[in-house]
Amino acid sequence: MSGAANRRFGIAYTAGVVVLASLAAAAAGALVLLAIGASPWATYVTILTGPLQDGFGVSEILLRTVPLTLVALGIAVSFRSGILNIGAEGQIQIGILGFTAVALFLPHLPRELLLPLALVAGALGGAVWAGIAGVLRSKMGVNEILSTVMLNYIAAQIYTFLLRGPLIDPDEMISGSGTPQSMRLTKSVWLDRLFTGNRLHTGLVLALVLAFLTWLVLWRTTFGYRLRAAGAEAKAARYAGIHVERSLVAAMVIAGGFAGLAGAVEVAGVHHRAIEAISGGYGFAGIVVALFGGLHPAGIVPAAVFFGLLLVGADMTQRSAGVPANMVLVLQGVIILAIVSARMVIANPYAKQRALDAARRWGFFRDEKATEGGT
Amino acid sequence: MRTPGPIEELRLEGITKRFPGVLACDGVSLTVRRGEALALVGENGAGKSTLMNILAGLYQPDQGRILVNGEAVHFRTPADAFERGIGMVHQNFMLVPSMTVAENVALGMRHLHRKVSLDLDEARRRVVEISKHHELPVNPDAFIWQLSVGEQQRVELVKTLCLGAKLLILDEPTSALTPQETDDLLDRLQRMTAELSIIFISHKLAEVKSLSKKVTILRQGRSVFSGSTADHTTAQLAALMTGHEVSIPKNSGGGTPGAPALVVKALKVRGDRGHWALDGLSLEIRAGEIVGLAGVSGNGQRELAAALAGLRPVVSGEMTLEGRSLVGASPRQIIDRGMGYVPEDRHHEGIVPPFTVKENLVLKDVATRRFSRLGVLRLGAIDAHAATLKDRFDIRCASTAAAAGGLSGGNIQKVILAREIDRAPKVLIAVYPTRGVDMGATEFIHKQLLALRETGAGILLVSEELEEIMNLADRIAVIFKGKILATVPAAGATREALGLLMAGVTA
Amino acid sequence: MSGVQFLHDVLVLGVPFSVALLLAALGENFNQRAGVFNLGCEGIMSMGAFLAFLPPWLARSGGHSTFATLAGLALALGIGALLGLLFGLVTVTFKAPQGIAGIGLQMLGWGVAGTIARHYVGGVTGVEGIPNWNVPFLSDIPFIGTVLFRHSPLVYLAFALVPASWWLLFRTPWGLRVRAAGTQPRAADSMGVNVQRTRYQALALGGAMAGLGGAYLSLCQAKMFADDLVAGRGFIAVALVYFGRWSPFGIMGGALLFSLAQALQLAIQVAGIKFPYELAVMLPYVMVIVVLSLAGKSRMLGPTALGKPFDREMRV
Repeated sequence: MSGAANRRFGIAYTAGVVVLASLAAAAAGALVLLAIGASPWATYVTILTGPLQDGFGVSEILLRTVPLTLVALGIAVSFRSGILNIGAEGQIQIGILGFTAVALFLPHLPRELLLPLALVAGALGGAVWAGIAGVLRSKMGVNEILSTVMLNYIAAQIYTFLLRGPLIDPDEMISGSGTPQSMRLTKSVWLDRLFTGNRLHTGLVLALVLAFLTWLVLWRTTFGYRLRAAGAEAKAARYAGIHVERSLVAAMVIAGGFAGLAGAVEVAGVHHRAIEAISGGYGFAGIVVALFGGLHPAGIVPAAVFFGLLLVGADMTQRSAGVPANMVLVLQGVIILAIVSARMVIANPYAKQRALDAARRWGFFRDEKATEGGT
Repeated sequence: MRTPGPIEELRLEGITKRFPGVLACDGVSLTVRRGEALALVGENGAGKSTLMNILAGLYQPDQGRILVNGEAVHFRTPADAFERGIGMVHQNFMLVPSMTVAENVALGMRHLHRKVSLDLDEARRRVVEISKHHELPVNPDAFIWQLSVGEQQRVELVKTLCLGAKLLILDEPTSALTPQETDDLLDRLQRMTAELSIIFISHKLAEVKSLSKKVTILRQGRSVFSGSTADHTTAQLAALMTGHEVSIPKNSGGGTPGAPALVVKALKVRGDRGHWALDGLSLEIRAGEIVGLAGVSGNGQRELAAALAGLRPVVSGEMTLEGRSLVGASPRQIIDRGMGYVPEDRHHEGIVPPFTVKENLVLKDVATRRFSRLGVLRLGAIDAHAATLKDRFDIRCASTAAAAGGLSGGNIQKVILAREIDRAPKVLIAVYPTRGVDMGATEFIHKQLLALRETGAGILLVSEELEEIMNLADRIAVIFKGKILATVPAAGATREALGLLMAGVTA
Repeated sequence: MSGVQFLHDVLVLGVPFSVALLLAALGENFNQRAGVFNLGCEGIMSMGAFLAFLPPWLARSGGHSTFATLAGLALALGIGALLGLLFGLVTVTFKAPQGIAGIGLQMLGWGVAGTIARHYVGGVTGVEGIPNWNVPFLSDIPFIGTVLFRHSPLVYLAFALVPASWWLLFRTPWGLRVRAAGTQPRAADSMGVNVQRTRYQALALGGAMAGLGGAYLSLCQAKMFADDLVAGRGFIAVALVYFGRWSPFGIMGGALLFSLAQALQLAIQVAGIKFPYELAVMLPYVMVIVVLSLAGKSRMLGPTALGKPFDREMRV
């Protein structure tokens, strides 16, 4: 087949698979919506357009883009290095603990010192937590999906324990309501608002800068080269002298650092104190954002915006139409299944060949003669 | 069990098969009659295995048909082929290692699968019956992982016969055997033709001539010759296989070898199963010489190469490269000290398939000042380097920005060789470098190895092909059960003598 | 409290605690033996738990109904098999990576169960569930009687499934095919075994058993449904299969080990020994990590083709 026709078919095939996968995901979500008596069409419209109706809605989308981007960047680094980080939820929480601890115990430091220190503490917390899973995998061959998932549950318990205990807001203890949350943190660790009238903060700039830096490191440095090689073909990387075990740990530590930072930024920019349910599912949503963005910073940022839209939209449907917020989980699940399936089908040369044969039978691409050469 | 009837005549007509981007078979026809042994010959990549896989029901032909006793048949699965009496012994054995021989046979006995409970006794009986009848001793209760390569091949034969094969297809059955075992097998197959028909795939013309009178030669998916072996010399058949005069690069033997570059003494290394893969192995490679390592695969070659590359721990013994010990050194350190390595599995050990050709060409040197500055990649230098190597080593690819995994086997091997040779190694270890590679690329690789020898590097050539070793090596070391049994000069070595050594027979 | 009494209490609690894990892990064992690891087990258990809970909850006004309970169990089995087949579509037919696909399935199951439950059921309400059935005569034996023979029928079923699973894997043609598909699919394929179909079958069976495990949680153990009912047991079940070396009896040992640890934690709290609540809850998860670390990398006994998709046309 001529090169041009080959390319045309390739584009048509890829587009076709993507469209089919998207429709399948939307249909699956629609089934669930029908099961709870909601109108799929109305719900989807609300989710996709509701938040865009005013400036505040848009700012809320961008607000959520920040933690989503950070978590997804870290996950992309880890996935590309050959280790699957499912533990972002727990890493976020440990990151929050790190940030909060520094803010609570050193409140009198000047802002220029305190804020960066606290953010770094947050990143370190997440990094160490992820590092545990990284070391377990590289030294003892423990499946990192299982270990990071277990660490999520463990982190949740540690988080609650500390918030009910040592880190609890003294006011809560006095009033006796016992809400597990820390004291309001000193203003010097708050991230500045970008505009008046909404909650958007400078964390957005930080996220975008880190996205650029991630691209730079992965594709323009020897360190990134080695990470990608170890992730793409560990055996060959080993034969080439690359320390694959060290790569795996490094990748997990980086991924955990990003997640921890995401947690710290959420506290610094939005909540200004450590509260329950703060990770808000960003740890899992970040995985979907990373996959959706093709594990590349250039794709992750728009994907994070899209998922920010989904999250805000889902909140709106809960308030207006009574569709429970868990619906977002359903959508994330079907999107993951759709993406991983679609990627494999697109990359499968045999499926592509069968599609080409079918297309020929239906009368397309007929005029091109098959003239593949020999081996 | 419904035993299939005898196959009087099997005919393949106009078989065509395409894989994405490759035309594997192009209108091939052949005929086998009862009691005949047909040799299917061609160089690597000519389409022989594909054709037979179609006959065995593993692939579907795009065009053409198969006729058994004049009746057109359509094999959608291997089970269909078995029902018709066609059985195949593959090059990579189709056996489940964690199961016994009887269980493996039971897997294919369809009628056993109709009952709820598994009747292993019947499978066992059948194995014993066939084993006795064809004089192929096999223990039905042995686990496959316990058996040697030769024993496993016997099990494959017995299994195929148990499932009622009347036409036996053998895919490169002698690649893992010593010359004596090869003769033994060919002899046995000759006797089997009294009851069965045989199609025998090989690229070793000498064996072909001894077993069969009929031969079909494939080249690039097409049948270029079909007739009697008696009328042609081996050289003529080889020319038909490759389509041109075959000039095999030969080591002319010039130059005196220098100081020992790689010295191995009493090396002991454990294998994956906990046994001694290397049991006190001693070997020496001098600068400017090629040492060929001959031996049946499974005697420690893989573990030796891995230990030399720093990928397998050494329990005791010495390895030194130009006087510096390699024991305990990391792969990075060994690479930096001048060891080159062309690994056995090019797809998973030699290249990173999703990386581009130019990225693969700097895989070992990316952190050097040549290709990076302060940790940042120097893309221009990497591009230029790739362009130079592409020309010098005749790497056929659309561009150096193409994914390396998409290249043909021979070209991938050229990428690996280019990278290794360009680093000017002091010692190069090449493990089965021409396995599965077509003759053109093989010729090129042999020339490169000889050229490297001229520059004063020492080369360890691990190969299954005695001919390749005898052509290229200065000295030949025979490995058997983890030790070097003997090292002989290549000049006077004969196939028979080497064969005896490979089987562990010391004079 | 005497030591014997304490031990007795721990065992009485521990045995039924193991059932959900045991059922899910036995099911996952079939998946893994066939070459597929299904991390969506957690999501399947959530769906099974919810659907088993639904009919008895809908029929609650009419008092206890055996029919409703049976309907619930049937639904749990059915949705489990269905989700297993869906996983097969994604990993066996589309050949997507099993790890991530499993996480996707888990989110899906968890999300659907939570969404529908929150919408219809609202808060946390209980059901009567399945009552215990004392084995006549045997349940009167002192000590052992209460520990082993005074449980809900599902408990007896779960433990009976252990030798049944072993027999299915090692004494039937189907089990032979499953093991071959998970260890050397190319060999199985060359002898006429339909590897894809065998994997789908294993996934359906594994999913059904996971669904049943979830049903046990909502109908017998907790006798209610909540979002976080499964609490990671599906993942622990997957880990148990490695730990038990893909043998039903090893898996049973692992499940009992875990549940006894959990029972120990509860018994300690009941006995009044001071121990921080959250740290106690953490214990099973920490145990999983410890156990996985000790289990090592050896896979010689297990399915060596685990995690790799199979395509006959793929050129070697």
